[in-house]
Amino acid sequence: MSEGRQIGEVILDLKNISLRFGGVKALTDISFDVREHEVRAIIGPNGAGKSSMLNVINGVYRPQEGDIIFRGEHHRDMNTYAAAKAGIARTFQNIALFKGMTVLDNIMTGRNLKMKSNFLLDALYWGPAQREEIAHRRKVEEIIDFLEIQHIRKTPVGRLPYGLQKRVELGRALAAEPSILLLDEPMAGMNVEEKQDMCRFVLDVNDQLGTTIVLIEHDMGVVMDISDRVVVLDYGRKIADGTPDAVRSNQDVIDAYLGVAH
Amino acid sequence: MLYREAGQFKATYAEDSQIFPIRQDRIGIALILAVAFVGTPLLSVAGLLSDYTFTAILTPFLIFSLAALGLNILTGYAGQLSLGTAAFMAVGAFASYNFMLRIDGMPILVAFILGGICAAAVGIVFGLPSLRIRGFYLAAATLATQFFIVWCLTKVGWFTNYSSSGVITAQKIEMLGYTFDTAFSKYLFVLSVVTVMALLAKNMVRTNIGRSWMAIRDMDMAAEVIGFRPMQTKLMAFAVSSFYCGVAGALFAYAYLGTVEPEGFNLDLSFRILFMIIIGGVGSILGSFLGAAFIVLLPIGLNMFMHFLEGSVGINLPSGISSSIELMVFGGLIIFFLIVEPHGLARLWQIGKEKLRLWPFPH
Amino acid sequence: MQFFLEVLIGGLLSGVMYALVALGYVLIYKASGVFNFAQGAMVFFAALTTAGLVDSGLSLWLALPLTMVAMVVLGLLTEKIVLRPLVAQHEITLFMATIGLTFFVEGLAQAIWGANVRSLDLGIEDVPLEWLLENANMAVSQFDLIASGIAAVLVTLLAIFFSKTKIGRALRAVADDHQAALSIGIPLQHLWGIVWAVAGFVALVAGLLWGARNGVQFALTFVALKALPVLILGGFTSVPGAIVGGLIIGASEKLAEVYIGPHVGGGIEGWFPYVLALLFLLVRPEGLFGERIIRRI
Ligand SMILES: Nc1ncnc2c1ncn2[C@@H]1O[C@H](COP(=O)(O)OP(=O)(O)O)[C@@H](O)[C@H]1O
Ligand SMILES: [Mg+2]
Repeated sequence: MSEGRQIGEVILDLKNISLRFGGVKALTDISFDVREHEVRAIIGPNGAGKSSMLNVINGVYRPQEGDIIFRGEHHRDMNTYAAAKAGIARTFQNIALFKGMTVLDNIMTGRNLKMKSNFLLDALYWGPAQREEIAHRRKVEEIIDFLEIQHIRKTPVGRLPYGLQKRVELGRALAAEPSILLLDEPMAGMNVEEKQDMCRFVLDVNDQLGTTIVLIEHDMGVVMDISDRVVVLDYGRKIADGTPDAVRSNQDVIDAYLGVAH
Repeated sequence: MLYREAGQFKATYAEDSQIFPIRQDRIGIALILAVAFVGTPLLSVAGLLSDYTFTAILTPFLIFSLAALGLNILTGYAGQLSLGTAAFMAVGAFASYNFMLRIDGMPILVAFILGGICAAAVGIVFGLPSLRIRGFYLAAATLATQFFIVWCLTKVGWFTNYSSSGVITAQKIEMLGYTFDTAFSKYLFVLSVVTVMALLAKNMVRTNIGRSWMAIRDMDMAAEVIGFRPMQTKLMAFAVSSFYCGVAGALFAYAYLGTVEPEGFNLDLSFRILFMIIIGGVGSILGSFLGAAFIVLLPIGLNMFMHFLEGSVGINLPSGISSSIELMVFGGLIIFFLIVEPHGLARLWQIGKEKLRLWPFPH
Repeated sequence: MQFFLEVLIGGLLSGVMYALVALGYVLIYKASGVFNFAQGAMVFFAALTTAGLVDSGLSLWLALPLTMVAMVVLGLLTEKIVLRPLVAQHEITLFMATIGLTFFVEGLAQAIWGANVRSLDLGIEDVPLEWLLENANMAVSQFDLIASGIAAVLVTLLAIFFSKTKIGRALRAVADDHQAALSIGIPLQHLWGIVWAVAGFVALVAGLLWGARNGVQFALTFVALKALPVLILGGFTSVPGAIVGGLIIGASEKLAEVYIGPHVGGGIEGWFPYVLALLFLLVRPEGLFGERIIRRI
């Protein structure tokens, strides 16, 4: 855990969120908050509603009930564009990269909201359009260096192994210079070494850029190591919320993970 | 090691972001353009290239390349399958015709651009369903464009200047007092338009707008989440694509056919252009050209082959069979390419280049 | 009013035949997730083959089973050569492959039988039904009535086949979940083969009826294309949807042609169904009977 950073005020506050798909209750009356600069973990068994929670935060799903307060602004629900504009970026559980594009292009897409050029200037690739493209390219190359993926920058992502794809997806999210980063199981399916790298990247981002991180992760070791606070979901309900230590010793959490009493 | 990028170190991102970053590619493109603009004229003057080569092969090849490029922007880059390409070409052709007809002193290039803009506007309207539907639902919906537009142009007399047969005769192509009326000059005119538009397209697909199209194509939800707006992105693809098709349609009428009726832009033409991009390479500018060349040359080659069969081998083929065989060959090739090389000729070219890069050392 | 009813009934009857063509698409789509654009070409192929065989001297009762055999072979070969290699591909790729197939089959049919228009006589006369003409003064084609009767029987049979037989149930299971289908114990490939054969049969019946009515010619493929708006209305996976969609398209295109057509120069039958379907899509993208899906990510 990093010592230098200062956890700040609540920037994201979720109140009484409920989300249903037909008869399936994915989330029931969930409330929790996220503080600036912290690493906030969401854990829970499969199907608990973790991914749905992230989807609610950045507007992919619209909850039937509840409020989202982001940086003091009230939202009944988010929409994806507003969320992106407001500085919420994310990665996905099942990698959602643009398979036909190169690593470089994928990460460049992350900067689209910062680009001002229009398609006519793009077509001419002239003056401001060219300068802008190159300025963004420089920024993207910094990210590529940071993630240590220089050697694959011109490779179409569809051809990359899983672990590297996950890394590229993080790169795309970082390219937006987000203030909150939502990571959906960024280390799933990785070997120990890859996991360590990914942990390092996440912590560095949090530490050096001060980016707030909301993280879904199954590996308890990782969660206990890097998160400041943990919220635990089970069957769409919140069953615990607190520091890693407090959550670990919570009886409901232990039951949920051992599969008792359902 | 004829084709090598090793050793070509890029000192700046500007250099690496050039339109053709690899030197051999730059030389190749320069060579092709030199041959197209200077070589063919010389050959033609020397009498080595007949008018037939221009009117039946080179000019239609270029025009179809442009149409295929238009469709490729929509289908290959933005992932929206369309079966209505010919309809957008028709809009471009008939709009240009009316601009020339009804506005005195209208410069031909401006009329083409306006024709393209009309096609773009129609493209936006008929692209609206793409916001709600995808895949072959959309493809089926684009059939509406195809049938409706052609019907409209046929039934509304104003579009064809009340020509009783529905056939229009395109005005002469005149610029700065020069009339493009020979096969060869028309070719040069088309070549210039197509070259400029292809370079513009190349620039679009490697900058933000192109990335937005490919993002929507590859993973629309993720594209939305990182801030691309699906509506703007898709409609822009429809607009730009239809603009390209519209200009191609105008060239089709003005520089190739001369006289044309709405039925000339039927579903069959739409399919033909779709085949060009499948065979040439979906999502590749180069592929649009390769595919167009292939589809223009195939019937000619097939015909020669049939003549050969009849002439020297002595097999007597029933009349009309060559068009049936052409259909079978087209269909068979589409299936073949989709199975064996879904990225088309452009990908084969790419593989060839990679081989050359290593040549003469196999590893 | 009488005239209106006449047009409406005529439209509904051709709607039943549209539904029959649409059913061929639904069958294949349900079982293998392929939108088979070539269904129309198969209809054309079937009609042309039957007519060609009859013209070369065979009796209809011999020509029919022979055509049926040809259709089954065509279906099986398609499944094996075209679709199996593309099995894991994107649905758009499959769709484009079936467009290629369309061209191939159309070319093949004409290469064998020539491109001339042929007529096909099923022994049913296309005259107004006397009883209705006398009692209600309405002209309703006897042929259309019998043809849609045949179509209706076939549709019912297929519905029963789907819901009551083991193979039918397996097919439904395939549509929902390939894994589940495997557990039924019929290899997937066999199922797909069966579906293609059945689709060939449906194409044959549709080809006979349409061919006898409008003449066996290339334009038949455009009739078959009309099944697309039918499917958009009904949803690609629903048998009842195909029927209702067919009726709506058939009736509305005839009514539009008769009541709107004269004001705009006629010939709107060619595009009306597509535009109708398109407008419908804007309101209900999942079709009449399809389920709304929330995309996952
Ligand atoms: N788009 C959707 N449509 C229908 N049900 C969904 C959708 N997304 C999630 N669900 C359901 O919501 C519940 C929670 O899923 P999810 O949020 O993915 O859980 P987790 O990420 O914790 O494994 C599951 O029952 C899942 O089936
Ligand atoms: Mg999840």
